[in-house]
Amino acid sequence: MAIKASLLLLVFLSSTIVSFSLYEDQVGLMDWHQRYIGKVKHAVFHTQKAGRKRVIVSTEENVVASLDLRHGEIFWRHVLGTNDAIDGVEIALGKYVITLSSQGSTLRAWNLPDGQMVWETSLHSAQISKSLLSVPINLKVDKDYPILAFGGGYLHAVSAIDGERVLQPPESSIIYVLGFLHSSEAVVYQIDSKTGEVVAEKSMVFPDGFSGAVSSVSSDKIVVLDSTRSILVTIGFLDGDISFQKTPVSDLVEDSGNAEILSPLLSNMVAVKVNRRTIFVRVGGEGKLEVVDSLSDETAMSVSLPVADDQVAFASAHHEGSKIQLMVKLVDDLETVLLRESIEMDQHRGRVDKVFINNYIKTDMSNGFRALIVMEDHSLLLLQQGAIVWSREEGLASVTDVTTAELPVEKDGVSVAKVEHTLVDWLKGHMLKLKGSLLLASPEDVAAIQEMRMKSSGRSKLTRDHNGFRKLFIALTRAGKLFALHTGDGRIVWSMLLNSPSKSEACERPSGISLYQWQVPHHHAMDENPSVLVVGRCGSDSSAPGVLSFVDVYTGKEISSSDIGHSVVRVMPLPFTDSTEQRLHLIADTEGHVHLYPKTSEALSIFQREFQNVYWYTVEGDDGIIRGHGMKSSCAGETADEYCFTTKELWTVVFPSESEKIISTLTRKPNEVVHTQAKVNTDQDLLYKYVSRNLLFVATVSPKGAGEIGSVTPEESALVVYLIDTITGRILHRLSHQGCQGPVHAVFSENWVVYHYFNLRAHKYEVTVVEIYDQSRAENKNVWKLVLGKHNLTAPISSYSRPEMFTKSQSYFFAQSVKTIAVTSTAKGITSKQLLIGTIGDQILALDKRFVDPRRTLNPSQAEKEEGIIPLTDSLPIIPQSYITHSLKVEGLRGIVTAPAKLESTTHVFAYGVDLFYTRLAPSKTYDSLADDFSYALLLITIVALVAAIYITWVISEKKELSEKWR
Amino acid sequence: MPNLTLVLFLSTLLIFSSSSSFAFQSDELLLDDEEFGLEGGSHPRSPEPVITDSPPKQTPSIRRRYSDPDLDSKIQFTLEHAFGDSDFSSAGTFSARLKTWSHGGQTLTKLRFARNEFSDEEKDAFKNLLKGDDFYRIRLPSNVVTPPGREYVIASVRARCLPRDGLDEHIAIHMDGANILAVSYGSPGACPYPRQLKLPGKWTFNSHTILKSSEQAPRTPIFTEEILGSSENMEGEAEAPVERSFWAKYWMYLIPLGLIVMNAVTQASNMAEEQPAGSQGQAPAAIQRGSAPRRR
Repeated sequence: MAIKASLLLLVFLSSTIVSFSLYEDQVGLMDWHQRYIGKVKHAVFHTQKAGRKRVIVSTEENVVASLDLRHGEIFWRHVLGTNDAIDGVEIALGKYVITLSSQGSTLRAWNLPDGQMVWETSLHSAQISKSLLSVPINLKVDKDYPILAFGGGYLHAVSAIDGERVLQPPESSIIYVLGFLHSSEAVVYQIDSKTGEVVAEKSMVFPDGFSGAVSSVSSDKIVVLDSTRSILVTIGFLDGDISFQKTPVSDLVEDSGNAEILSPLLSNMVAVKVNRRTIFVRVGGEGKLEVVDSLSDETAMSVSLPVADDQVAFASAHHEGSKIQLMVKLVDDLETVLLRESIEMDQHRGRVDKVFINNYIKTDMSNGFRALIVMEDHSLLLLQQGAIVWSREEGLASVTDVTTAELPVEKDGVSVAKVEHTLVDWLKGHMLKLKGSLLLASPEDVAAIQEMRMKSSGRSKLTRDHNGFRKLFIALTRAGKLFALHTGDGRIVWSMLLNSPSKSEACERPSGISLYQWQVPHHHAMDENPSVLVVGRCGSDSSAPGVLSFVDVYTGKEISSSDIGHSVVRVMPLPFTDSTEQRLHLIADTEGHVHLYPKTSEALSIFQREFQNVYWYTVEGDDGIIRGHGMKSSCAGETADEYCFTTKELWTVVFPSESEKIISTLTRKPNEVVHTQAKVNTDQDLLYKYVSRNLLFVATVSPKGAGEIGSVTPEESALVVYLIDTITGRILHRLSHQGCQGPVHAVFSENWVVYHYFNLRAHKYEVTVVEIYDQSRAENKNVWKLVLGKHNLTAPISSYSRPEMFTKSQSYFFAQSVKTIAVTSTAKGITSKQLLIGTIGDQILALDKRFVDPRRTLNPSQAEKEEGIIPLTDSLPIIPQSYITHSLKVEGLRGIVTAPAKLESTTHVFAYGVDLFYTRLAPSKTYDSLADDFSYALLLITIVALVAAIYITWVISEKKELSEKWR
Repeated sequence: MPNLTLVLFLSTLLIFSSSSSFAFQSDELLLDDEEFGLEGGSHPRSPEPVITDSPPKQTPSIRRRYSDPDLDSKIQFTLEHAFGDSDFSSAGTFSARLKTWSHGGQTLTKLRFARNEFSDEEKDAFKNLLKGDDFYRIRLPSNVVTPPGREYVIASVRARCLPRDGLDEHIAIHMDGANILAVSYGSPGACPYPRQLKLPGKWTFNSHTILKSSEQAPRTPIFTEEILGSSENMEGEAEAPVERSFWAKYWMYLIPLGLIVMNAVTQASNMAEEQPAGSQGQAPAAIQRGSAPRRR
């Protein structure tokens, strides 16, 4: 019954609501989709003679993928969940890809050619520990090759064929396992692989303790560092006996600092990084260590790879100037360099982070090597024969912040005709279109039309267009690289690594935090290029000093950068700009001071004028306290300059720690445009929207209910939402939802908030809308008052006035769980809005705001229907045609950014996750422009035909007239 | 457990004409139905609704002054104020009744407020605030049973917003059981910007206090049947969009066609003085008219 009802409802809704779906041939016209995999952690080459050459990679975005080794395309990929980090990837039996994930608790096998999952085994694990995956080649049990997986304190032997636990282990062999207890005790287990029993166990305490990395140099020896990172310890565990041998690093190299063991699994050799040098240490028979080679720069190394004649080779890559030196050497004989290549490398890729090598047989039967390298900016490149065969910008899989920028204005010198086709081509194109619209086109013509549309006139030009469809999206990635993406075709216009090695390093590796529009010239200072501000931090700690970097948007060059000498807690763009259109920013540090940028006297004078009216707030999520601050005075003390200000606490909101925990805070977008303050009701009544930039939406949940959905009973969990004025700390709206739980995803626009949460009682997700209306202006309805000027519409609004407002709210069920919610934004805010809901299936659903209108009633009157009020339903419809991602998936969706185009009807939508997706949306259809496929030719032909007809009839009439007169 | 209790509540205001600088401490036992415009309070306020709900369990009060077997206790907490950046000092006392419900919840009712008079120093400090358009700040404990609780709840207002005849203040205390979440403080009316410097006529406070607690969200209604019925009806209505007439749909094609036909007919019928066809004012007509002068 319920299904029938919802079906009927769906039919009804789809018949009444204009759906904004695309036709099949419109896909790709104004949207693009890019697929990425993320920063590669492991790579396994599969270069069997048969079939296509491929490489299997697992990444930090929890993707396992198979890439074409020739072109770098993705054959297949799987995005595992966010908590399902991949620990190891191997190929078994030559046809399965084995992945171990979730701290060694899940083992999966994927079919190598097509990526279908073959089996999945969940392994029992007791505690969190490092996990290892190993596919022994020589271990064979009854035509079965077991896989050894370690994780969570257990060692498992799993059959590669069906994922079953192996019950028939090999003849009789002993597996040696070396483990560490409490990081100071080494334990050797001898495990009979037949029964899985521990045959012998020996342990030995190492008083200094071990630290982190382990390098196993041979089958019975490993090298570790002690806890002070200054002594190399060789542990031998031959026949179950443990022996330690200590060698201070200072014996090997002079003036050594903290050492770090690089890439493990080099046979009989260990690479140690000391003082930005990499030394190779050979481990002798009795655990004697000797330095055999050293490289002066930061070097990335691969694991060793068996080449012909029982030799083992490894690759190392390091920077020399602007080039990368790639060397492949034999492990036994470091003098023999099998391959030495130097490759010109883009400065903005940073250093080499990881190297994976693979050998192949050249046409002259000698050994060739190819190397897959991962750069500091997370990009992935394949090097072969001294050249970059292909590269993938995998940094774009971890976008952290996005802003938009305009393209340069078209210069007079560049003619449009150059880019447009010649007139003949143009006419031809339109004739084709005409054919298409008159349904006369043959299949070839249709294909031609489609192709023409795809590369339609200059949609990828690097200049501004009058509709504002061409723009740049500036994306900051986790690696600290900036990318400028063109909205037309999604290509990278420029990219810039913030911590390029050419810079002097006061700050070793700044990590980008956020992006701000620094300078957007429009009125004056038109000759200035726009620029963005990138705020970074020297380290992961929030008290680490910050770094500011200003980047020119047109060229992608860094204008300047500075270490600001204080920490960055919050960056606040102020609504003031100086004479060069630089926006004033306040940066708050951990000590409660704020710093003004840019540090110019002009900015200071602008700021001093508004000094009394600047307020800011901080949210202390762990303590459950929100504090409001006001400006107090200039900083005192010797380090302070005149751009530093102290603040005072003006208000606090203290949430009771035993019953409420902040899980979400949200403000309006600062650059949002609201077209009208008033909303006309059906009964000719007027409602005034309470539009304030200083509203903060806060959602709290009972501490018990902060965990996973379903971990608490409905009685134990309550969700409370607040709307707080951030100037005075007044709570304007407070609503508690009993029996509800987070996570809360919310969107705040104009005078409304829509939030999504889970209702434990109904076992469903819910969406609630809250709209706020101003009552202090409600008396301004009288026309005479307006005419006589007796209204308060133009009076400045003060937060210190007692707010007279009321809220309307309504809740609906929503069938899907949500990853993120955004709202469309247009240039003037006239166009109706759509909610963009990123669903759990990594798609984006466009839902009209009209569906979340608290004025919906069960049976709207005729007048209300005319106004567009939809009859109230208990759940929000999910119309398949309104997925703006149509058939695509934005894997690992994390955020949606909207930006207005110049054309009022249109908005840009950019979604990022592991994939990137862009499209243009017109929530109320393109009412202010003709469609792209509007047939100008038809119009032209009609006009020409009419003119011709008029001319002919005129000629005829002239003749007639003449003959009349001669008569 | 939608335990929604609506308590009609009289917010109190209190003006002491005596110049005592210590807090008013009432020993009076208050009965439930008592109306309390306080003695000496010159402006009794109209009743304000206070919505309270069931808060979480609390430890028993240690500052309980009057304890009753029905777990109804009287508590007091102080309002403190600061002038600009000065330290906080006592400014008044709230006294209220803490009701402990059988299910463990606590509710604060019968709030009354005794405001201290400004001392001379405080008056001077306040005048300075008025001159500098600075902040007058108040604070309350975040827990009324075990003050100050976790932290003080602070609110502030520009001093120039308060003076009218006297000093008008409006305090809205957001409660959750025995916890104070936030306090909204300000003038009871508007405080238009730019704020004018105005000294108060009387140095007495008109205090309006109100307790607020969280509203329960209504449950999402479930109505399958109604929707089924109504959607069918709707569908029937939606099925019949007003069919536009042939003329309304195709007028843009018909008019030019008509013009051409008329023109042809005029020519064919061999009329001596032809009229420019189509004075209907359409685009083709305009073109034709434009070509007309050339003929003459």
